[in-house]
Amino acid sequence: MASLLHQIQHHSVTIAASLPLDSGQSLPAVTIAYQSYGALNAAKSNAVLICHALTGDQYVASDHPATGKPGWWARMVGPGKPIDTDRFHVICANVLGSCMGSSGPATPDAATGTPLGMAFPVITIADMVRAQAMLLDHLGIARLHAVVGGSMGGMQALAWATSYPKRLASAVVIASAARHSAQNIAFHEVGRQAIMADPDWQDGQYYGSARAPTKGLAVARMAAHITYLSEEGLTEKFGRRLQARDIKSFGFDADFQVESYLRHQGLAFTDRFDANAYLYITRAMDYFDLADPHDGRLSGAFTAAKDVRFTLVSFDTDWLYPTAESRRVVQALQSVGASASFVELSAPFGHDSFLLDVPALDRIVAGALGGGF
Amino acid sequence: MALRPDLAIIAGAVPAGARVLDVGCGDGELMAALKDQGVDARGLEIDPANVTAAIARGQSVVQGDANRDLADYPGDAFDYAILSQTLQTTERPDRVVDELLRIAPRAFVSFPNFAHWRIRLALLWGGRMPVTRLLPVAWYETPNIHHVTVSDFRDLLRAKGVGVEAAWYLSGDKPTSDAAATWRAEHAIFLISRR
Repeated sequence: MASLLHQIQHHSVTIAASLPLDSGQSLPAVTIAYQSYGALNAAKSNAVLICHALTGDQYVASDHPATGKPGWWARMVGPGKPIDTDRFHVICANVLGSCMGSSGPATPDAATGTPLGMAFPVITIADMVRAQAMLLDHLGIARLHAVVGGSMGGMQALAWATSYPKRLASAVVIASAARHSAQNIAFHEVGRQAIMADPDWQDGQYYGSARAPTKGLAVARMAAHITYLSEEGLTEKFGRRLQARDIKSFGFDADFQVESYLRHQGLAFTDRFDANAYLYITRAMDYFDLADPHDGRLSGAFTAAKDVRFTLVSFDTDWLYPTAESRRVVQALQSVGASASFVELSAPFGHDSFLLDVPALDRIVAGALGGGF
Repeated sequence: MALRPDLAIIAGAVPAGARVLDVGCGDGELMAALKDQGVDARGLEIDPANVTAAIARGQSVVQGDANRDLADYPGDAFDYAILSQTLQTTERPDRVVDELLRIAPRAFVSFPNFAHWRIRLALLWGGRMPVTRLLPVAWYETPNIHHVTVSDFRDLLRAKGVGVEAAWYLSGDKPTSDAAATWRAEHAIFLISRR
């Protein structure tokens, strides 16, 4: 399905300037696909950047061009919503390395015209943010009212505050962390190995062939999907119920509803995501550790970000980026005297809570952006 | 909306431009008043519903426990710390006072006076733990685990060598004198400082 995915037209800009990367390599030019909502005011002071998660995209509040489903945060972004597009000019860009129109492994090589595949350089969260800053330069937006993101989007919001502290007033970091834990890396490695073990992966050069590693990508998604939910949520939704049958098959069909659900999630994912992009973005997340350049002291990352207002939210059932990781960020912020707000919200949906119906989150996001809701 | 009298006294004593940490800030009522008068107010609050309400009104509040999480703030991070109606709920009020005066040179501490005459009478004549306007919950479910009197608190400050810059005593909503405070004050507010 990957070939269909790459035929979708996205609104994008190609910036003919070199993008230096953390790896030491650079991209000679960078294409960034993005969506925007609400009017930019004359002073260009009402821009809010929303950063999407690993498998998210720029279609934050508009229908997805491949699946037709509503935007992934349509409940949060829109006229009169917590991120109110009557007040704010909202920008959401597809991250570097992804597959929805921004530069990534499916981008053709400038010289040969064939997709780069694994010749695309490994990127980091800071590289994604650097590309977003280039987009804002192109749009003439010097300073953001806020950067808002959940999960990997929260990592970008934190990286914004540490890389460009003068360019944002406020950072809203939801269900996220300042580093990837051993467990986070481990789950990602399972997903990558599933993709690379698929013979259709072909060392990443599958774009021109009729085959794509959809089986591997589906398994990667299945494993990851479990980490986004809580045990409580899974039990409530599926329990040990059987799928469309009354007795066990004593075989390896999807006997259980939870198996059937995961298989469906895995397969549906391959219609809207590129396997190589999954490799690159999970790698970027694994390399993320804001304390790393500061001898392991996270506070060192925030010394220049004292004037940014931070708002962090965690969820009590999120075991992927647990509350302790948010608290660690809050402690580092407090130690440098930065303005920090933090709350652990109670929600049954695990890590995915940031995408779902949690009214307290709406009020917090609206408040953090300086409006009532 | 008018501030609670004890909060109004604290708000009136904090100068504009000061950096303040309100420990046990509730839904941010005092912080909102302080912000209006040009104070950089931040909060620590244990109840997530209160934290949510305070952040929703634009306040800077961290969910945390005064027993444990004051340790996360560096020394002299603030000009004033505020502990309003919370001292008697802490596990070790003496250590909390130490922490307040570590993170700020001055602190406001307010608490219900357990030696108010009504409480004394309730104990003397009723023989039961008193349930009053400021201490409205029965002994078995009260969050107030360290009842304290004006005299007790003065003793603690003396033992610690902590200075008292000002003190206010309220009977109902009205001020009462220093001398009569141990009997007549329902509520005491101290502005304490490092010596």
